[in-house]
Amino acid sequence: MLSRTADHLYWMARYIERAENLARMLDVNNRMLLLPQSEHEITRLWRETLDSIGLLETYTATHADISPSSVVHFMALDRTNPGSIYSCLRAARENAHAVRGTLTAELWETINATWLDLRGYDIKKMGADELDGFFEWVKLRSHQSRGVTFATMTRDESNSFLRLGTFIERADNTARILDVKYNFISEAPRREASGEYYQWSALLHSVSAFETYRRTYRDQITPARVAELLILRMDMPRSLAYCTSEMERFLSQVCNSRSAETQRRAGELASSLRYGRLEDILDTCVHAYLTRFIIRVNDIGNRLAADFMLPATV
Amino acid sequence: MAASGRFFDEMNSAEGVLRTHYQAYVEWFDGISSDRMARKRQEAGTLFHRSGITFAVYGDEAGAERLIPFDVIPRVIPAREWDTLAAGLRQRVKALNAFIHDIYHGQEILRAGHIPADQVLRNAQYRPEMQGVDVPRDIYAAIAGVDLVRAGAGEFYVLEDNLRVPSGVSYMIENRKMMMRLFPELFARHRVAPVEHYPDLLLDTLRAVAPKSVPDPTVVVLTPGSFNSAYFEHAFLAQQMGVELVEGKDLFVRDEQVFMRTTQGPQRVDVIYRRIDDDFLDPLAFRPDSMLGVPGLLSAYRAGNVALSNAIGTGVADDKSIYPYVGDMVRFYLGEEPLLNNVPTYMLRKPDDLAYVLAHLPELVVKEVHGAGGYGMLVGPASTRAQIEEFRARILAAPEKYIAQPTLALSTCPTFVESGIAPRHIDLRPFVLSGNEVRFVPGGLTRVALKEGSLVVNSSQGGGTKDTWVLED
Repeated sequence: MLSRTADHLYWMARYIERAENLARMLDVNNRMLLLPQSEHEITRLWRETLDSIGLLETYTATHADISPSSVVHFMALDRTNPGSIYSCLRAARENAHAVRGTLTAELWETINATWLDLRGYDIKKMGADELDGFFEWVKLRSHQSRGVTFATMTRDESNSFLRLGTFIERADNTARILDVKYNFISEAPRREASGEYYQWSALLHSVSAFETYRRTYRDQITPARVAELLILRMDMPRSLAYCTSEMERFLSQVCNSRSAETQRRAGELASSLRYGRLEDILDTCVHAYLTRFIIRVNDIGNRLAADFMLPATV
Repeated sequence: MAASGRFFDEMNSAEGVLRTHYQAYVEWFDGISSDRMARKRQEAGTLFHRSGITFAVYGDEAGAERLIPFDVIPRVIPAREWDTLAAGLRQRVKALNAFIHDIYHGQEILRAGHIPADQVLRNAQYRPEMQGVDVPRDIYAAIAGVDLVRAGAGEFYVLEDNLRVPSGVSYMIENRKMMMRLFPELFARHRVAPVEHYPDLLLDTLRAVAPKSVPDPTVVVLTPGSFNSAYFEHAFLAQQMGVELVEGKDLFVRDEQVFMRTTQGPQRVDVIYRRIDDDFLDPLAFRPDSMLGVPGLLSAYRAGNVALSNAIGTGVADDKSIYPYVGDMVRFYLGEEPLLNNVPTYMLRKPDDLAYVLAHLPELVVKEVHGAGGYGMLVGPASTRAQIEEFRARILAAPEKYIAQPTLALSTCPTFVESGIAPRHIDLRPFVLSGNEVRFVPGGLTRVALKEGSLVVNSSQGGGTKDTWVLED
């Protein structure tokens, strides 16, 4: 496969996954806002959210203050913000367009139709009750793209690069979502236990893990178990352990003469999660652990690009 | 669906009698409610949009994509008529390929005095780099798009031979798929010759013009990129043939061989179906500012290590200043009389022709010798006096840059327009493939000028397309 094709497929999948996770992030924040809390707390939540995805500076450069509605607009449909859902879906569509011949007609049309529909949304005219529906729509279209990929794409390199994009992005995003929420909830002023319950359950909902949590633990929600579920559980499809294990698997399917070191690092990272212990993570502090994890995932992403997508001419 | 009477209409004779090859269609059409037809036409737009069958318009907002208007009333050609055209096309393209080979080798036709040598050798499209270069099977224009029009009495003329990078074939196929999707019952009632196998024939042709030493050649399609107006077609053809769609930056040349950059390292390329003009192919040989090409490609090509389709330097044969001589080429190379007519053409570098044309501008069509795409031309009868005078000044400044032709009364075909159904002018572009033999799918792309009275069918100038049926009796 052409290196450029691999690059477009990989980024197409990453941008779709990123759009979905942005929708999840905004969704969980909106849910958390429904809980009684101070103005200051609300501002802190949005500031940390922007910071976690590296958009705080871009935001404050163009906005005087942090209000929920302006942050939501900025992150969802602001065309000038390269990190918005709008921009991600546009980038996904541009990448798909560049390799439309490699995609099945169904997959191309799904992504193109998503883009055409997105242009019909006007979030400024959307009431708070409609925002939910918009985030649901973004998630649904992402599910649909993945479903069509699963059902129609040949299981060759193209599929592997698509899946690599999905899992690298998801590993990164899950870590960021968990990091910002874990920090926010544990640093919040002491409140009733029931208040914390809602915070944690909102987080679990945002990564489609609430039911899994209930089924797995059949017990009350505790921060340690949430961390375990989202970091170490192999049966949880958005956990770091699952994502890194899929990264390792798909990387082994495309290996070439330059990629040995990248594979080794991916294997090392996946093993550290597969055999990792919760106590060790909690001991070193979750924030420090997740920060280091994000760096390692991005290192693998960069190496992947160097090995397969920008190869030397000789 | 009445014809206007002044023009040859494909559906109705001048006396208003329905032509036999449209009878079954009109019977069917009369049974369709206008509501259903309106719904179907809307559905076609939605489907084309969803699947991104669009073209980019230069000068529009960045990345703007438009649909080429699709008309649901097919253009029907009886099989017998097509057979006559096919024989003429085969003959014409053979002669054109022989001509290109000749002018880059012995130049017999120039020495025999049939064409003034200057007209060829000083033509901007003549590539001295190609002199003495042998190309596989002596085929230069493996893919030709010959524009045909039909005039007053129903006779066909060749308007233009497109031998560089003719486009539009994807619309021919997509139009057929759309018609079958919208109106499957029509195809049960008619024996319409299929066209969807064109990519198979194209792949066969491209493999046939590979360097001789390669048993199993790797073919690629070279595109300027996803912002090119014909990008959809490039991606479509690559996908249908199952070959890679590459951009210039995906290729590199080493030791006079061409490779593409893949995830598994460099891979040899043998045949490049290039959809990039000569000028942009190789910054080392042609335009140094080209970002689209591949440095060193010409050297690999001249060494015979890679085939380009079409070959470099075919533009001289479809140039409007050479067009008047195609009949002579047929006689000279094949010893046959041409089966297809040329439009009578005045060459304004000749003083007599110039004088005549200047005296008759309001009746004539004047074209720039190197123009294409419907730009840089004057349609006398459709122009204001001011436009004619402006063009007169341009001609006088450089008469050798222009040719003129009588304004043909292009045939019409009933077409959906805002006010209902009305006759609109059409042309036909069949795609002629030359590999082991000359082959084509029956028919081609019918383009239609949607503006009332307009003779310009180019999509960049508001033209649309129709499905083209070659109909067995």
